[in-house]
Amino acid sequence: MDKEKRKHAVPMAKQDVLERIHNFYEVALGYNEEQALAEAERCLQCPKPQCVKGCPVDIDIPAFIKEIKEGNFLAASAKLKEKNSLPAICGRVCPQENQCQKFCILGKMGDPISIGRLERFASDYERTKGVTVSPKKSGVKGRVAVVGSGPAGLTAAADLAKLGYDVVMFESLHSAGGVLMYGIPEFRMPKKIVQAEVDYIQKLGVELKTNYTIGKIFTIDELFESGFDAIFVGSGAGLPHFMRIPGENLGGVYSANEFLIRVNLMKAYLFPEYDTPIRIGKKVAVIGGGNVAMDSARSALRLGAEEVYIVYRRSKEELPARAEEVENAEEEGVNFRFLTNPVKFLGDESGWVKAIECIQMELGEPDASGRRRPVPIEGSEFIMDVDTAVIAIGQTPNPLIQRTTEGLETTKWGTIVVKEETGETTKRGVYAGGDVVSGAATVISAMGAGKKAARSIHEYLMNKKGAKKGE
Amino acid sequence: MYEIVTKQELASNIHLIELAAGDVAKKAKPGQFVILRLDEKGERIPLTIAGVDLEKGTVATAFHAVGKTTKKLAKMKAGDSLMDVSGPLGNPAELKKFGRVLLVGGGVWCAPLYYLAKALREKGNELVIVAAGRTGDGLIFEKELEEVSDEFYVATDDGSKGYEGLGFLKDVLEAQKFDHAVAMGQVVLLQTVTELTKPYGLKTMVTLASLMVDGTGMCGACRVTVGGETKFACMDGPEFDGHLVDFEELIKRQRIYLPEERMASMIYEKLGGDVKLG
Repeated sequence: MDKEKRKHAVPMAKQDVLERIHNFYEVALGYNEEQALAEAERCLQCPKPQCVKGCPVDIDIPAFIKEIKEGNFLAASAKLKEKNSLPAICGRVCPQENQCQKFCILGKMGDPISIGRLERFASDYERTKGVTVSPKKSGVKGRVAVVGSGPAGLTAAADLAKLGYDVVMFESLHSAGGVLMYGIPEFRMPKKIVQAEVDYIQKLGVELKTNYTIGKIFTIDELFESGFDAIFVGSGAGLPHFMRIPGENLGGVYSANEFLIRVNLMKAYLFPEYDTPIRIGKKVAVIGGGNVAMDSARSALRLGAEEVYIVYRRSKEELPARAEEVENAEEEGVNFRFLTNPVKFLGDESGWVKAIECIQMELGEPDASGRRRPVPIEGSEFIMDVDTAVIAIGQTPNPLIQRTTEGLETTKWGTIVVKEETGETTKRGVYAGGDVVSGAATVISAMGAGKKAARSIHEYLMNKKGAKKGE
Repeated sequence: MYEIVTKQELASNIHLIELAAGDVAKKAKPGQFVILRLDEKGERIPLTIAGVDLEKGTVATAFHAVGKTTKKLAKMKAGDSLMDVSGPLGNPAELKKFGRVLLVGGGVWCAPLYYLAKALREKGNELVIVAAGRTGDGLIFEKELEEVSDEFYVATDDGSKGYEGLGFLKDVLEAQKFDHAVAMGQVVLLQTVTELTKPYGLKTMVTLASLMVDGTGMCGACRVTVGGETKFACMDGPEFDGHLVDFEELIKRQRIYLPEERMASMIYEKLGGDVKLG
């Protein structure tokens, strides 16, 4: 391969911007075989691969790329699934630019290998050909409950099932997938792909129980009493933050969670075929600058809003959203109001939001997060007319399990305290991982935590069994 | 899937169903609710639990067929199944020996009120119960409520049965001393009852049926101002001190989706079934 050619990644087609702002179909279209082969060809197959260092679930990246390069697409997928039970998801939503691709040697002189796109290609290929599942291992005895079916829970459940445990996964909503179902929009994470991954996990032998809100229907202690030997808690960060400013309870002011649950999980964009409605105005302000804010803004556009604004209190450099998502939002016509912070929501007589009073900010000294702290500029208040506002300033863990489980230590942010290396909580036999431990973070870090916890649970149960034998 | 084990029409458009959901039944307490979803395209609707049968493994709930989902549910029969039943959600109503307790239920809410009344009775409380309705025809659980009460009143908006309106409660409150009160019903009834009890300093708990989506603390659609603070009806309630609830805001929030609800209901009636887009 000539040097010049090796520098440039094969681009991935996206749905045309003028089309896609009117539909909820996936924006990124993925590689075809030819493109995947060409991209895999670029991989140097380093003897000491650096990319692997950036992968929270230790995928043998050069090996799966080599399989693609040789046209063994199913083998590539199998290689991925050795370490990652949800490759179609990771290939889409992992921030590869900060992980594997960041370490790719090719990145030093051009584009790094598009590991995420190749991962997506291999897993999509397998899904269209029919997923193969290896038979469950026998010989290991033990029942494990997995609480929550988001990225952490799905991963832990899959790994434990592969080890031979009987796994029951409890989900409080009516569909498994957690944030992949209720949070991330269809145009970024098609729901049928999430369901295909959930089906795969069930084929591994995991029993799924939807509509079970642990902490209400069963407590953690009751799960132990009913015969589980260990429990993994991956209940996520589902509790939305509000701004605690006047007018926040007006109609038309949504938490990002409500907005996205209506749109994604309940498919309100298909109302009245689907029963759940959503009311979207002409002028929408989304408050916050993370991926959830971008998802909300881009969903609002697709629901027919004429103008959509991201209102963010810091500047563009500090936006916590992935660069790719910001770029997509900009491309689609989302407007950004940086260094702007809402002070209050103003309503009309019927109780519907009609404007936001905002204040201009400037950046001061760096704060604890290392980012420069936004400071209000006195007297700079102004009115922004809107008829819908979405508050996307973060989520914390739902406190239900923490409140109902004695001996489970939590931090002042409501996250569960665990041993970093093992995912062990302060309660014997209970492990936790994902957003409920870290606070709202990424899909892949939650999966990494699920993986780690599965390994620790296996060790714990093996030791327990060993101890019993020795008695 | 969750089977409808029994179904009966208690009054015009008011139905009581028992759903097969054994694990829910084991945990359910008065004041808690379930969230139902009829089918794949259905919305999630919260309904207050009106009783359990541990032997049968069922949870009972009553509903008034006013919107699309409840109208559709009304057409379903025993033996049919619902896609989802999630619960028990929310916190149970406070249950202990208070002494003399005033209970007011409106319309369909008399069903969950009866469930609570029985439990309060078991705790040794004396109960003064008011069953209220728009009209005499819309009253349910009259006999049952009367049986479990020490004193029983009926009131209707149009005066077609019992007292006309709840104004008579003023005399009851003048004449007796209560230790606790609970109201379950439409927001207007809750507001009326709390206004009546306020001058007597009688702590009055109200069970809020706020707008909800998930019912587990995720969306915040059910937020309500209580004592100047924003609370989630699903997680912090649904029972709150009625004297602290901002009813004006609550009424406005409940109307958020009225146009869409009316539209969905109208389309459903006109088409006699579901719509398909495209």
